Amino acid sequence: MKSKKLSIPYILWMLVFTMIPIVMIGLTAFRDKSGAFSPEPMMKAFGTEYRGVLLHSLWIALLSTAICLLLAYPVAYLLTRMKPSTQNTVQLIIMIPMWMNFLLRIYAWKILLQKDGALDMALSLLGIHGTYIGNTAAVVVGMVYEYLPFMVLPIFTVMSKIDGNLIEAAQDLGSNDFAVFRKVIFPLSIPGVISGITMVFVPSASTFLVAEHLGGIDDKMIGDVIDQIFLTDQNVGSALSMILMILILVFLIIMNLFGDEEAIA
Amino acid sequence: MRYDGEVILNHINLDIHEKEFVTILGPSGCGKTTTLRIIGGFVEPESGDVIFNGERINGLPPHKRNVNTVFQKYSLFPHLNVFDNVAFGLKLKKLPKEEIKKKVLKMLAIVDLKGYEKRPVAKLSGGQQQRVAIARALVCDPPIILLDEPLGALDLKLRKSMQLELKEIQQRTEKTFIYVTHDQEEALTMSDRVVVMNNGAIVQTGTPEDIYNEPVNAFVADFIGEANILNGTMIDDCRVRVLGKELECVDKGFGKNTPVDLVIRPEDVIVTTPEDGQLTGVVESVTFKGVHYEISVRVGKCEILVHSTSSAQTDSTVGLRVIPFNIQIMNKLLPVESNIIETEVTYADENERCFEFELEDETVTVRNKYIPQGAMVRIRLPFDALSITGEGDGDLKDVYIESVVYKGAHNEIILESDTRKWLMLSDTDEQVATYVPLYFDFSKASFEVIASPDQKEGA
Repeated sequence: MKSKKLSIPYILWMLVFTMIPIVMIGLTAFRDKSGAFSPEPMMKAFGTEYRGVLLHSLWIALLSTAICLLLAYPVAYLLTRMKPSTQNTVQLIIMIPMWMNFLLRIYAWKILLQKDGALDMALSLLGIHGTYIGNTAAVVVGMVYEYLPFMVLPIFTVMSKIDGNLIEAAQDLGSNDFAVFRKVIFPLSIPGVISGITMVFVPSASTFLVAEHLGGIDDKMIGDVIDQIFLTDQNVGSALSMILMILILVFLIIMNLFGDEEAIA
Repeated sequence: MRYDGEVILNHINLDIHEKEFVTILGPSGCGKTTTLRIIGGFVEPESGDVIFNGERINGLPPHKRNVNTVFQKYSLFPHLNVFDNVAFGLKLKKLPKEEIKKKVLKMLAIVDLKGYEKRPVAKLSGGQQQRVAIARALVCDPPIILLDEPLGALDLKLRKSMQLELKEIQQRTEKTFIYVTHDQEEALTMSDRVVVMNNGAIVQTGTPEDIYNEPVNAFVADFIGEANILNGTMIDDCRVRVLGKELECVDKGFGKNTPVDLVIRPEDVIVTTPEDGQLTGVVESVTFKGVHYEISVRVGKCEILVHSTSSAQTDSTVGLRVIPFNIQIMNKLLPVESNIIETEVTYADENERCFEFELEDETVTVRNKYIPQGAMVRIRLPFDALSITGEGDGDLKDVYIESVVYKGAHNEIILESDTRKWLMLSDTDEQVATYVPLYFDFSKASFEVIASPDQKEGA
């Protein structure tokens, strides 16, 4: 425990810039505009006005996470089977988009998908015209693009740590490639899947700007709503933030329970 | 068999019989694990066949081979408990649940792990994990079990009891065990037959008694048990000259005046009075070892190790006797008197008094000796003109230490370079199966021009 002192800067940072703001948001969420205690902002936040947006955000986040997982898992698995030099190159290719600004990437998608954009031009050759922006699918595509590396890397890290001897042991006991995957690689990669899901779901549930740029009128996400509402009503904004935080917390707890069960089974 | 461009195994020919406990014994890096991996199907041999019950099984993947392995580091599945680890192979065979349960429980009882079914494997001790690994392989009921140094990670006491247990399990289950180890004692204790390997080749195969009493060469004698290995000359059948004395032995057929290696086990040397001894020497040290005393006697320049139930006085002069039957004569590992290089001088400088020649793609420079360019020269390097410790890359970069045998006065080291072998003497202990640089000390060498440049041109 001699290293305790080293964590003091971090604890101070967390205290000043995370814990205190959370408490302040919590307090603001239970006050009216005059500053007196009131359940009104919470009632409003739970009201029908925001329920749809909240559910829609969670739905988009869930969908994006699922697609990320479906895309990332095979890539991570193939990555572990490559030789180290190829591994590094592919990892780099996966990482490169993250070096670019978040907003720029969204603009890039906008240009690709909009009317007379690259996709439209390509499809017009086949006689199909239209715009591919302003719908839920475009939002999900943008989200998947944003968060895919966060799914690939944790799964790959966990998978590449699986002892090669275990795979040989499984083969030795009669497993073909599929059985090796199903009975050894998959169960042992679960911790990576869980941290990947967490790393994608949490930011995508609370993200903003993606839906604003790529989605339609109905594709508002809770992040965008909070962003706008804070300009006029800090109390309801705080209440919505609290609700979102609690929902994410519940999700994380469920994920962790699932993970523990997998580890024991 | 090649791996990373290095030849790992060379002409391995090994027959293993049913219900036999065969141990493949050798120093680390000798290719014994690779041999096991070929049998298991994890490595494909570059040439040659693996034949099982008369059927060639090359190319058959591990999961289709009727062989199960106990791995060096156990390789238990960390996400499964003891029961599921052992049941792994049976579940793949799609046996009915009840039968799996019956078999697993029976096997856990055999390895003394009754009641451990539900424990996670990470919580078990080394010995228990070991037994789970054995049970996991045995429960599949293969005719052959491969064991890759399975006791390596255990402490001495546990290792001893596991040795006996393994032997017992093998006899009870009537299976063929192919066991790989570098521990000679383990090999002697458990095996029906021992296969000694070195540098990718089988050196000797035989019962533990054969291997111990009749080693084929100094490497085996040195590797198995303790031994005095000495240089000698076979004068005639049953007569050998060693340490300046002529002794009687029982070996024949080595020819006359042939240099040989002798092995005398320490327990076969009898300490007696100087008058009565065949050899006389001075006692250098006496160590009490429990069952016996270990006495080191200096005879001339040579150190002879004696195991005796009675002690001796340090610094006293004693006589040593060995009965003829206990002197084992072996052919020399590398029957040469010096290391000879025959080569053409590729560059020479008369003023600087030096010349160069090519050796296995390296340019070697000889200083303080001038031999004209183009001449053919025979260079004799005595054993002490070679060394493997020095600065820089050496005259030859990576030579392989094939064997290190202590000959009472010096270590006799056999080195293998790309195209040939070298013999050198050293007083330091070197690790076999490692790569070292090789240096030549040409001031100890003798040179003989066998063809001058003119002669060559004329021809």
